[in-house]
Amino acid sequence: MKLKQHASKRTFMKNAACAVVLGLFTMASSQVTAEVNTTGLAVTDDTVTVGILHSLTGTMAISETGAQEAEKLAIKQINEMGGILGRKIKIIQEDGASDWPTFAEKSRKLLVKDKVAAVFGCWTSASRKAALPVFEKENGLLYYPTFYEGLEQSKNVIYTGQEATQQIIDGLNWVAKEKKAKTFYLIGSDYIWPRTSMKIARKHIENVLGGKVVGEEYKPLGNTQFGSVINKIRLKKPDVIYAAVVGGSNVAWFKQLKAAGITSKKQTLLTISVTEDEVLGIGGENLEGFYSIMKYFQSQDNPNNKAFVKAFKEMWGEDSVIGDVTQAAYLGPWLWKAAVEKAGSFDIDKVVAASEKGDIELTTAPEGYVKLHPNHHLWSKARVGRWNKDGQATVVYTSELIEPDPFPKGYQ
Amino acid sequence: MGGYTYSELGAIFAMQGFAGISLFSVLLLMALGLAIIFGQMGVINMAHGEFMAVGAYTTYFISTITENYLPSLMPIYFFIAIAVSFLFAGLLGYLAEFSLIRHLYKRPLDTLLATWGLSLIMQQSFRSFFGAREVSPTLPDWLLGSYQPTEMIDIPINGMFVLGLTIIVTLVVFYLLFKSSWGLKVRATTQNRVMSGAVGINTQKVDRYTFALGCGIAGIAGAAFTTIASTGPTTGSLYIVDTFMVVVFGGAASLFGTIASAFSIAQAQSILEFFISGSMAKVYTLLALIIILMFKPEGLFASKVRR
Repeated sequence: MKLKQHASKRTFMKNAACAVVLGLFTMASSQVTAEVNTTGLAVTDDTVTVGILHSLTGTMAISETGAQEAEKLAIKQINEMGGILGRKIKIIQEDGASDWPTFAEKSRKLLVKDKVAAVFGCWTSASRKAALPVFEKENGLLYYPTFYEGLEQSKNVIYTGQEATQQIIDGLNWVAKEKKAKTFYLIGSDYIWPRTSMKIARKHIENVLGGKVVGEEYKPLGNTQFGSVINKIRLKKPDVIYAAVVGGSNVAWFKQLKAAGITSKKQTLLTISVTEDEVLGIGGENLEGFYSIMKYFQSQDNPNNKAFVKAFKEMWGEDSVIGDVTQAAYLGPWLWKAAVEKAGSFDIDKVVAASEKGDIELTTAPEGYVKLHPNHHLWSKARVGRWNKDGQATVVYTSELIEPDPFPKGYQ
Repeated sequence: MGGYTYSELGAIFAMQGFAGISLFSVLLLMALGLAIIFGQMGVINMAHGEFMAVGAYTTYFISTITENYLPSLMPIYFFIAIAVSFLFAGLLGYLAEFSLIRHLYKRPLDTLLATWGLSLIMQQSFRSFFGAREVSPTLPDWLLGSYQPTEMIDIPINGMFVLGLTIIVTLVVFYLLFKSSWGLKVRATTQNRVMSGAVGINTQKVDRYTFALGCGIAGIAGAAFTTIASTGPTTGSLYIVDTFMVVVFGGAASLFGTIASAFSIAQAQSILEFFISGSMAKVYTLLALIIILMFKPEGLFASKVRR
C-alpha cells in the first residue's frame, strides 16, 4: 500500500529520499531525534511509540474489536514500508473496558507516563467526551474513528469517521428522492448520539424536505422488547423507518420487525447504525432489503479495498468482517504518517499544523479517496448499501465528495 | 385516533395485547429459576443472568454444529438445544452449588458477593471461548416470520413459541414442587431445615438439586431468548435487573406472586410504551413499582413461611 501527498510532494520526496539514503548507512541517523522530537515524546533513534485505546472487555468490545484490529494492520503495514521518518512504530495498548472514566484515566497514562506520539482510539461519543479534556490538557493527539453527531472540533483530535451532515442529511435526501418518502418514523437508543442525530434529521425532514415526522422514539440501551413500538409504527404507516438503534438491542429490533411481518417488501427502512459488524449478530436474513447509510461497505469494488480486505483477512482470519468504523480506524495511522512526514517532526503542534493545511489526502483509502479538511474532519462520500442475505451490502448510491461541516447552520 | 377504521384499531388492539403477553412470558421465564432459588433457599444468585447466557451459547453451539454436520436436523435442532441447555446449565449450577454456594449458606451477603464474582468469571469465559462479538444461532425457518389470522394481524411466531415454552416450564415446576415427593422435601426444608434433617431428609442434597433446577430453567430461558435477541458475553447482566424486579415485586417466596408480578409489570410496561415513549414508560413502571413496594414491602404475595 502506497500513500501520496499532493501539495508538498517535493519536500516529501526529498525527505523520503533522505530517509532511504541515510537509512542505508545507519538506522539511527535517518533524522536526528532531537530535531524531530523537541517535546520529549517517546521517540528514539529507531522507534516511535503510539497508543491504542479501545474497549477489549465489556459491552463495547463487540464494536471496538474491529477498530483496533484495523489500526494494528495499518501500523504493521507502515512498519513493513520502513516506518515513519525512519522509525518503526511501537504500540502500547490499553483497555478502556467500556467504561468512560477508564478512557480518561488510560488516556492520561498514555500521554503522561508513556509519552506516546499519537493515540488511536475511543469509539462511543461518551468515551471521546471523557478523554477529550485529558488530550487538550496534556496536548496529545487522538485519531477518533467513529461516525458521530458532530458539534465538536478540537485541536487535539482528528476525526476519521463522518460527522452528522455527511451521513444523516445525505441519507435523508436519498430516501426522499429515490423512495418519494414524505413521512418518517424515527427510532433510536436513548443516549447522546441517536438523540442528536435525530434532532438533525427532524430539522432536515421538516425544514428542507417538507416531510413529516410521525413518530420519534428512544429505547433504553440494551432493550430487547420492541413489540409496542412496532405496533405504533404499524398504526402510523410511515414511508420510512429511520433507525439508530445500537448494540445488542439492534438484533432484537430487527428480529422482531421480521417476526411482526414488517419486511423490506412492504416497508422502507434506513438505518445509520448498522454496519457489517452488526449484521454478523443480527443475521442477514433479518435485514434483507433494508438500507444503511455509511461511507464504506466491505463489498466496495475497487483495487484499494480489495487489497485492504485481503490483508485484513490474512491478519485477522477469513471469517472477519469489516464495517464502516473499522475502515475509518484503518485510515488513522496513515493520516498520522502523512502529517508527520509533512511536518518533518513528531511534535504534536507541528503535526496538527501540518494536518490543518487541508492538503493531506489518501488516494489509497479503501473507501476510495479521502482528504483532511482544516476543521480536522475528512472529506468523504456517503454511500447507501442494500443488505443481502449473506450479510454483505450492495452499494446502490454513492454521493459526491461531501465537505465536512461539524457545526451545520440551522440544525442546532 | 382519527382516520382509522374499527377493524384497523381492532387489529392493533389484538397485536398490542399479544405484545404484552409476550413480554409477560419472557419476564416469567427469566424469573422462574431465580424465584425457585431465592424463594426456596434464600440465596440471591447474581449469576442468574450468566446461566441464561450459558443456555444461549449452548443453543448457538448446537446450531453451528447442526448447520455444518447434520443439516437435515435443522428443523428440529432447537428442541434438542433447549434440552441440552437445561442439562448443561443445570450441571454447571450443580457444580457451583457444590464448590461455592454450600459453604456460604449462613452468610447471605457473602453469597451475593460470591455469585457476583462467579458472574464475572463466567462473562470472561464466554469472551474467551466465543469472542467479544455478539452471536445468533441460525433459527429454523418455522420459527421466523408471523402468523396471520386475518389480513391485518401479524402475531410473531417466536413470541408464541416463548409463550408456549413458558407455560410448559411453569406447569412442570408446579408439578415438581407441589405434587412430587421431591417437592415435598424442598418445601419441608424451606419451612424448617433442622426438623427436616431430623426426619431424615438429606437437606444438602435437596439444596443442590434445587439450585441445579433453578439454573437449568435459566438455561432454558437463555435458549428461548436466542429467538428474540442476540447473545454476547454481557447479555446476562442486561436481564438480571428485570429478573430481580419481578421476583422482589412478586414476593420472594411465592411462585404465584412471581407470575402475578411478571404479568402486571409486563402489561403496565407494554401499555405505557404504546402511549408514551419507551424510556419514559420504563420510568413510570419503576416508579409505580417503588410506590407499591413502599406500602407492601413483602411484595404482592407476602411470604407465609416462618423462618
